[in-house]
Amino acid sequence: MTSVRATEARAAEAPPFATGSSDSVAWQRRHLLDLDDFTVDELELVMQTADTMKEVLSREVPRVPALRGTTILTLFYENSTRTRSSFELAGKVLGADVINIAASSSSVAKGESLVDTVKTLQAVGADVIIMRHSRSGAPYLAARVVESSIINAGDGLHAHPTQALLDLHTMRASFGSVRGRKVVIVGDALHSRVARSNLWSLTALGAEVTLCAPPTLIPRGLDAGEGTLPPVHVDTDLDRAIEGADVVMALRMQLERMNGGFVPGMREYSRMYQVNASRLARAKPGALVLHPGPMNEGVEISHEVAHGLQSHVEEQVANGVAVRMAVLWLVTQHGRRRAATETE
Amino acid sequence: MSERILFRGGRVLDPATGVDRVADLLVDNGRIAALDATADGARVIDARGCVVAPGFIDLHTHLREPGLEYKEDIESGTRAAARGGFTTVCAMPNTEPAMDNRSIIEHVLRDAGTRARVRVLPIGAVSRGRAGKELAELGDLAAAGCIAFSDDGAPVWDATLMRRALEYASAFGLPVIDHCEDPSLTGDGVMNEGWVSTRLGLRGVPAAAEEAAVARDIALAETTGAHVHIAHVSTRGAVDAVRRAKARGVRVTAEVTPHHLTLTDETVAFGALGGTELVYDTNARVNPPLRSRADVDACVGALADGTIDCIATDHAPHAVTEKLCEFDEAACGISGLETAFGLCMRVVHERRLPLETLIERLTGGPARVLALGSRVPGIGTLAVDAPADVVVLDPDAEWTVDAARFASKGKNTPLAGARLKGAVVATVAAGRVAHESEVAVG
Ligand SMILES: [Zn+2]
Repeated sequence: MTSVRATEARAAEAPPFATGSSDSVAWQRRHLLDLDDFTVDELELVMQTADTMKEVLSREVPRVPALRGTTILTLFYENSTRTRSSFELAGKVLGADVINIAASSSSVAKGESLVDTVKTLQAVGADVIIMRHSRSGAPYLAARVVESSIINAGDGLHAHPTQALLDLHTMRASFGSVRGRKVVIVGDALHSRVARSNLWSLTALGAEVTLCAPPTLIPRGLDAGEGTLPPVHVDTDLDRAIEGADVVMALRMQLERMNGGFVPGMREYSRMYQVNASRLARAKPGALVLHPGPMNEGVEISHEVAHGLQSHVEEQVANGVAVRMAVLWLVTQHGRRRAATETE
Repeated sequence: MSERILFRGGRVLDPATGVDRVADLLVDNGRIAALDATADGARVIDARGCVVAPGFIDLHTHLREPGLEYKEDIESGTRAAARGGFTTVCAMPNTEPAMDNRSIIEHVLRDAGTRARVRVLPIGAVSRGRAGKELAELGDLAAAGCIAFSDDGAPVWDATLMRRALEYASAFGLPVIDHCEDPSLTGDGVMNEGWVSTRLGLRGVPAAAEEAAVARDIALAETTGAHVHIAHVSTRGAVDAVRRAKARGVRVTAEVTPHHLTLTDETVAFGALGGTELVYDTNARVNPPLRSRADVDACVGALADGTIDCIATDHAPHAVTEKLCEFDEAACGISGLETAFGLCMRVVHERRLPLETLIERLTGGPARVLALGSRVPGIGTLAVDAPADVVVLDPDAEWTVDAARFASKGKNTPLAGARLKGAVVATVAAGRVAHESEVAVG
């Protein structure tokens, strides 16, 4: 493939930014599917690389040719302008060619299978496929059938690793290490890929995580024990759970969950589980408020908290680009090293 | 043509007659001829070091014919049966069209007469078109040769229809086999509900979806005095309900599949070979879903103590494309005939089930559930004059599952690449060699 040759040619060039300790930690991943098996070192490496990328983004002309000749395709089976444009910008800042495949207008809509679609994208030269899919596990299927790097931009109810990485980055920017910090995730954890990915990264780094939701929206099996799911506290009372929290993360409450009978209605839900000023006052002073967006203001989060001093929602969006640049850089590094060794 | 065959030097194990000793077994003219026989000129099958048992009976086989021959047909399905040691399979009626009337049953039996390697006994649909609305012509179906009724693939969801079916079928002495599932509890669920479904972000099916339906069927069997057979029991609660019902004399019987007896829901996440990487194995998607370790253990215990009467494969072949897709889109089912014995032997090798009991649950057990002996005298036994349905087993032979070599068109097994200890060396059905192991076993 031509893109592999282009990668080889670049292999000897130094990247146009400081790569930090990336040489000291082995990055072995071609794909980014979830954070469930990430080591502390790998999480640190992504964070440090994202810091570097933040420096690039702060330049007068935030453009580097690090991924010139690399073809990145975004394949979104679910609409998400914010996530897709965050990845698109990340790729373009690094000089990659980014092509958006609209799953609704391509042959996907004509019933082409996921396997056929990603094989076709590989054949046209995709080095990286960034995938958003409504079915849990879909990127794992894609990763099994193609050589291209697969980056999971959200699969069903399962995982959203770059969101969790940008959440982590936002926390660290505020108070450094998350070890021993109390993070309360409020809302529909049952249907939340954001919550699931965050559980892995936060607990791996020693944070104390509490899920707070009505019992109908708490996933099953959280008490199954060692070697199953990350250790987490569960509390159905937000006033109690938020006590002394360093981070309060509100999850989006989808309207259809109300209709689906998981909760009796929006009014009662917001009365019991909305992150509002009086509840936030029970958290640590200056506690961070996060939300993966888009927010239903007045439902899971009050307008004043969403736009208040403790809200880091906009910073999350900005960090998203840096973290996604880091991820794109790291997964393409994998291909680069491989190409280099193959030619030796 | 049936042959004169001497099984020489094997351990003849027939739970029905209580025989368990090394002996030579002669079959002739399609019948069991004699034990301790010598026979000049007979074909000899060397069974030394092996177990010689009655051919297995599978109460739950999806042969897919008519209408779904791209998944399986009578020829390929019964070839798979023979390779698995089964000499009788009961064909489920969720075909297209459904086996819900006399002419389709006659067609299937005619087809089986010319193309089947082993005996095929048809199960008729409970409801017209398996739509769950009105009873199929159960009397006609019985007269055509059906040995039970089932809407399997789906539950008989309407409780009154189930009640009527049980009552009406009892006139012919036939049971209703129910796939027990409360669809309102299943919802969008695609795997067992528990920590694994949470880990994978897949929607869960609670054990209660099965247990609620089992409880209902037991109540209806108790009310009507009719016989209900619970297909593929998979949860601890369902097993307990059957055990309690049997204790108070309810006419309820139950089967368990080899996969529910051995594999847990972790197979969906990590594959049957284990590991730490998530695989979302669509070949492990099955209905009822693979359950927790506690459920598997309860099924083993219930099979051992007789609460569960028999093993049935729920052989459910599918085309490759029906499994090479997102987990939520994948078809439910496992191609199970050819791995059934080796998989069940895991439980025997773990010393949780005696070999004699396993053989009973594959032979006399299923024959008793459907009273098949009244139709085919001697079926499931090695008694003299019984049909010459004999299987030669090597309980200690190890082999690696290679789905590409399945006789079944369905290559959908979560066991690909797995090592199994226990192999079917030869299968004789109605006095004909239906399968002989192509590899030297030992
Ligand atoms: Zn079934």
